[in-house]
Amino acid sequence: MTLTINGERRQVADGLTVATLVTQLGVRGRVAVELNGEVLRQAQHPEVTLRDGDSLEVVTFVGGGA
Amino acid sequence: MDDALVIAGKRFGSRLLIGTGKYPSHEVMKRCHEASGSEIVTVAVRRLDLNAKGEASLLHWIDTTRMTLLPNTALCYTADEAVRTCRLAAELGMSRWVKLEVLGDERTLFPDVEQTVAAARTLVKEGFTVLPYTSDDPITARKLEDAGCAAVMPLAAPIGSGLGIRNPHNIRLIRDVVKVPVIVDAGVGTASDVAIAMELGCDGVLLNTAVAGAKDPVRMAHAMKLAIEAGRAAFLAGRIPRKAYGSASSPLEGLVD
Repeated sequence: MTLTINGERRQVADGLTVATLVTQLGVRGRVAVELNGEVLRQAQHPEVTLRDGDSLEVVTFVGGGA
Repeated sequence: MDDALVIAGKRFGSRLLIGTGKYPSHEVMKRCHEASGSEIVTVAVRRLDLNAKGEASLLHWIDTTRMTLLPNTALCYTADEAVRTCRLAAELGMSRWVKLEVLGDERTLFPDVEQTVAAARTLVKEGFTVLPYTSDDPITARKLEDAGCAAVMPLAAPIGSGLGIRNPHNIRLIRDVVKVPVIVDAGVGTASDVAIAMELGCDGVLLNTAVAGAKDPVRMAHAMKLAIEAGRAAFLAGRIPRKAYGSASSPLEGLVD
């Protein structure tokens, strides 16, 4: 299936959960995920199964002051 | 003497809030944080770089046992973007403390105060502890306090400009019109700017570039810590009134002929 992750179109295996996708992205540390405009709670990551055409924002903390 | 900074009922031993951007390296940032004595650090929320696999996260370099994370909404230009960023930050940081920042202009980086107040109202309703970056306008400061913000953070000068406190009179007025902590945020360049903010009666100072961009960032972080302490002590001690003419501090009597 095709997902849009942070504005990039990506082909991934069907039936992935959000948590599995995050692991496959090679993330170290914590991320927050917005799925089709709705922020997911951390506890939802292993429960939500992604569907073809879903759009995700995957964010993390980076350095910044103002 | 207990002189803690209290924001939304939480006590902090340091009145300096420090950022995590623009340091020469993560190592230098960590040493600056230690030298600054700060207990609150601001961080930004950004898209994960999908092509930078396995890069150690920023949090690896922040002692979160000692420091409270304050995610910011830096470079948001609408209330909606800022609120969305805060919701994501809450899932990232497991806390609902945010530095709200809604900018109005890319060149000055001045805040859009109308959007800031609107975002603050929404976030307070959603249970966030909101520390908003704002202009040095007392009326806006009061609106933000009325919206339920936990502090107000007027700018000293444009973000990253290092120009120091451009309008000390307004900063003092803000201190007079609101009851929540007043934290000068943005625009300080060096230790004396920080000391002036504290002498005006402000409750704290938030800075980033002044330390991260200094020739010796760790030494500047230490200087800022001393400036916070000196300025705060001077404010509490109460300065002498300014006089137009000289007034000797030695006795006038008993001079030798």
